[in-house]
Formats: sequence, structure tokens, C-alpha cells
Amino acid sequence: MIAQFLFFLLAVTAIAAALGMLIARNPVASALWLVLNLFCIAGLYLTLQAAFLGVIQVLIYAGAIMVLFLFVIMLLNLEVLPHPRQIDWGKVLAFGVTMIVLAQLVYVVALGLDVLPTFVASPEQAAVTGSAEALGRELLTRYIMPLQVIGILLLAATIGAVMLAKRRFI
Amino acid sequence: MEITLNWYLALGVVLFTLGVLGVLFRRNAIVILMSVELMLNAVNLTLVALSQAMGDVSGQVLVFFVISVAAAEAAVGLAIVIALFRKKVTVDVGAFNLFKY
Repeated sequence: MIAQFLFFLLAVTAIAAALGMLIARNPVASALWLVLNLFCIAGLYLTLQAAFLGVIQVLIYAGAIMVLFLFVIMLLNLEVLPHPRQIDWGKVLAFGVTMIVLAQLVYVVALGLDVLPTFVASPEQAAVTGSAEALGRELLTRYIMPLQVIGILLLAATIGAVMLAKRRFI
Repeated sequence: MEITLNWYLALGVVLFTLGVLGVLFRRNAIVILMSVELMLNAVNLTLVALSQAMGDVSGQVLVFFVISVAAAEAAVGLAIVIALFRKKVTVDVGAFNLFKY
């Protein structure tokens, strides 16, 4: 019972926060709505018993990436906000209906092809799978090469960001 | 009623769709980047849900890499926004037409 309540609370808050991000006029408000959304997704990871990724989500997304976003928004000092484009609600409605129909079609096709996973791991096994120990073991043995590549990618991205944002190169 | 895998997948679909709507309808480049982050998170949610349902760690390793790439993408994307802001003094994507014509 408590699990269902928690799931629906987090899911509804996540969707509401995503909508708030889309609708908010002020980019700072958008960023703060997105932070709420990211916290809800971290909570959903915890309901899935993926404890390590829940912590990582809060640390990296809410802690690092969103701070970067807010820092840039405030650095740019956006006094001239883009004028809101006249939203064509008919188009939005058409988009939503199309996505719903597409999701149903894909679901039916997946049912027909029998590709949906039906086996479900027990909660005890899920807790083991989501622990930092299991993830770290996999990451540092089988996926050691991608891990190093990701390190180089982050270094390259950092250097690239500094070069791009430097005044002289523009 | 039990919370099954399908509920998480449906939530992922809704969040991804909202992210796509943000990219299509917003004009502020920074908000567009945030919508991309929202889409990445929706995909991460489905990956974690499937990984936990199947008892396989590989999906979560992939989520770890996606988060790392998202961090790199945010850094480079925001640096580009800063560079464009220096040039045009706006972040309205409609004003960036360097490649037009």
C-alpha cells in the first residue's frame, strides 16, 4: 500500500514538475522545476531499490548539472527574454494524441512479437542488483574500458567547454 | 493493485513526451537544453526499471554512462550558449540563423 502511494506521489510530482518547467516564463523557475523533477526521479530509483543510482542522480544531476545551468542563467543576466511564441494548442493536442496512438501501436506489436519481459526479479534480488557493490564490480571488471573512455570524454568536454566559453576565440 | 514494470515504463513515456514538447515549443536555448536533460532522465528511468525487473546490472551501468555523457553534454551545450550570447546578446533560438541561406 505504502509503495503504491509513494509511486503515485512521486510520479505525479515528476509530471507536474516537468509541466512547470515547460510553462514557466522565467528560466530560473524552469531550472528549479527541473530540480524538483530530478529529485522525484531519484525517489523513483529508490522505490525500484536502485540505491546507488538514486544517490548518483541527486549528486550529479541536482548537485552538479543543475548548478551549472543556474550559474549560466545568472551569468547571462537575461533581461531580454524571448517573446513567447503563440502556442498552437491544436498542434499540442495533435502531438499528444499521436504519441498515445503510437504508444498503443508499439505496445500491441510488442505483445504480438512477445518481446516484453515478463519475468520479474524478487525484491531481495533487486536490492542486490541495485547496490553499489554489484554495480561497482561490474563497472570495474567487465566495463573497465568504457569507464576509461568516459573519463577521457569528460576531460575533452571540460577542455572544450573552457575553449568555447573563452572570450578570445569568438 | 500492484505497481508493475508497466507503470514505470508509462511514466518514462510521459516524461519523454514532455521533453520533446519542450524542445519543439520553447525558444529559450537554455530551456531547450533542460528539456533534453528531461528526455535523458525519462530514458534512464525505463532503463533502471527494466534492469531491476530482470535482475541484470548491465542496464544500470548504461544509466551510469548516460549520466556521465549528459554531464559532458550540458557543459559543452552551455558553453556554446555563452558563446552565442556574446555574439547575438540573446538566447532566442530564432535569432541564431548563421547557417541559413
